[in-house]
Amino acid sequence: MPVDTPAPHAIEAHGLRKAFGKTQALDGVDLTVTRGMVYGLLGPNGAGKSTVVRVLATLLRPDSGTATVDGLDVVRDAKAVRTHIGLAGQYAAVDEYLTGRENLVMFGMLSGLTRGRAKARATDLLEQFDLVDAADRPSKGYSGGMRRRLDLAASLASRPPVLFLDEPTTGLDPRSRLTMWGVIQGLVHDGTTVLLTTQYLEEADRLAQRIAVIDRGRVIAEGTPAELKARVGGEGLEVAVVDPADLGAVRAIVAAHASDEVFVDAERRRVRAAVSDGARALAAVAGAIAEAGITTEDVGLHRPTLDEVFLALTGRPVTEDEASDDDGAASGDGEPGGPGGPT
Amino acid sequence: MTAPVKALRDSGIILWRQLIQLPRIPEVLIFALIQPVMFVLLFRYVFGGAIATPGESYVNYLMPGIFAQTVAFGAVASGIGLAEDLRRGIIDRFRSLPMARSAVIVGRTVSDLVRNFAVVMVMYVVGILVGFRPEGSVGAQVLAFLLLLLTSFAFSWIGVVIALSMKTVEAVQSAGFIWLFPLTFASSAFVPTDTMPGWLQAFADNQPFTIVVNAVRALFLDLPVGNYVWLTLAWMIGITAVMVPLATRQYRRRSG
Ligand SMILES: Nc1ncnc2c1ncn2[C@@H]1O[C@H](COP(=O)(O)OP(=O)(O)O)[C@@H](O)[C@H]1O
Ligand SMILES: [Mg+2]
Repeated sequence: MPVDTPAPHAIEAHGLRKAFGKTQALDGVDLTVTRGMVYGLLGPNGAGKSTVVRVLATLLRPDSGTATVDGLDVVRDAKAVRTHIGLAGQYAAVDEYLTGRENLVMFGMLSGLTRGRAKARATDLLEQFDLVDAADRPSKGYSGGMRRRLDLAASLASRPPVLFLDEPTTGLDPRSRLTMWGVIQGLVHDGTTVLLTTQYLEEADRLAQRIAVIDRGRVIAEGTPAELKARVGGEGLEVAVVDPADLGAVRAIVAAHASDEVFVDAERRRVRAAVSDGARALAAVAGAIAEAGITTEDVGLHRPTLDEVFLALTGRPVTEDEASDDDGAASGDGEPGGPGGPT
Repeated sequence: MTAPVKALRDSGIILWRQLIQLPRIPEVLIFALIQPVMFVLLFRYVFGGAIATPGESYVNYLMPGIFAQTVAFGAVASGIGLAEDLRRGIIDRFRSLPMARSAVIVGRTVSDLVRNFAVVMVMYVVGILVGFRPEGSVGAQVLAFLLLLLTSFAFSWIGVVIALSMKTVEAVQSAGFIWLFPLTFASSAFVPTDTMPGWLQAFADNQPFTIVVNAVRALFLDLPVGNYVWLTLAWMIGITAVMVPLATRQYRRRSG
């Protein structure tokens, strides 16, 4: 039998380690990303996400371990790797004095396009990213969301087959975040492989086909979003009652639809349980409660958050230190024309 | 494309970027002018009367020193500009692109050359307005300008090396200025060195900034130039030859 050639993975990393002084930013990271997928790297602030991206994007040499992008070694063939990748970092790295169009032409030409092609590509990208109206204004005046879109467009100037997106929506307002998600989803249709880092389970869930959860420089869980959510009990149903005396009755109703143990939080007058088919369970439970004439404060589904995934996987909550993030991200968008600025 | 052609093309693209920026950040240009203009006014009208420059009017003595100081202080702007790029993360994007490693710095130092040239031209006019009367031939004065530009280029590379060795823009700002004060004041730029104490005079007479000042002063004022032109060429080419590989290596390694 002929030996199978290994599947051509877009990204492969084995045992990546990187220390900054006493901080072990990466402590043996393994990753395999199949071509054409969006792969989520999920973890709290300080977990090592950006460091992984920086190693894969040839900005940082690992202390040990190996990684390839499109089969090219990120250390030995760094130069070649750079012709295969696009990078949109955690902070919108565009030139604020240049217009959107000038930025795209510059980055296109620096990626190897001729001036004519870079110009044509810039026009296409401005269209694709809904930046036509602002195209000829310096990007300094862009809103946070526009700047992120320009940043993403800049990383696509040379149509790289592999794209790294480091926290593309951190610090964006909810509306810009939704726009950004739409844009990222659109990339998949072009066959681009995307490695996306995020602190939000919801984001990884929405965008990624597979997720690696990273903590303290290690991948602590890997799988499809459904698999990961299953590990923390999937979707949860929660009922808050007005009268604590109803807790017993509600508990019985919820138990009939729960996929696992039912929890009663007497202090906050809540009953909670994991359910497999959220919408159906919600309707059934709400109906039964109404029929029993019980007054509720709230009946709803809640999705597991990164905090809950984390707690389930590590047995400890996201620590203060790790969670006290966003100062960096905020400064990236807090400048004039941040979220809510002119659009 | 061969490597040198690619490096040239990429540097040209960065130069284009920098030159587009120039008129859009008028503060940089204005600041680059205010400082030497203040020095001219201060030395021409406040200190000048008390400084004896045998054989020359003080304003004639002063202006070549001001020109040299202006291009030397351009190093700070080069450093700060690069530090800002590093802070904003745009350098990370450049480093992730298949572009020549030297291009970002070469494009910047060449654009700083353009800016410094403009600033020195304006200062030349300011000089004329306050009584500067250069007596050198056109050829000599053109040569003086070329030496100033070479000095500008060499000092920009020093500014770049400083920027690449510091972690914050603020640090680059202070570190960028500090060494320039002793270098430009303990020199022949503003006062003849022979009034300085012996040990200081020994330093002042032999340090490269004095050599540049003496060369351009002699060329502008039609004085004997001695070896100063050759010495200036040697110093500035030497500084550039040391700084270019240093900066390129630091740029490649820079991970922050
Ligand atoms: N250049 C650096 N110098 C020192 N420490 C660093 C550097 N980059 C990252 N770190 C540290 O490495 C750890 C991982 O950082 P990072 O990869 O940026 O995490 P994330 O992107 O997941 O928030 C953190 O503790 C961070 O402080
Ligand atoms: Mg990060």
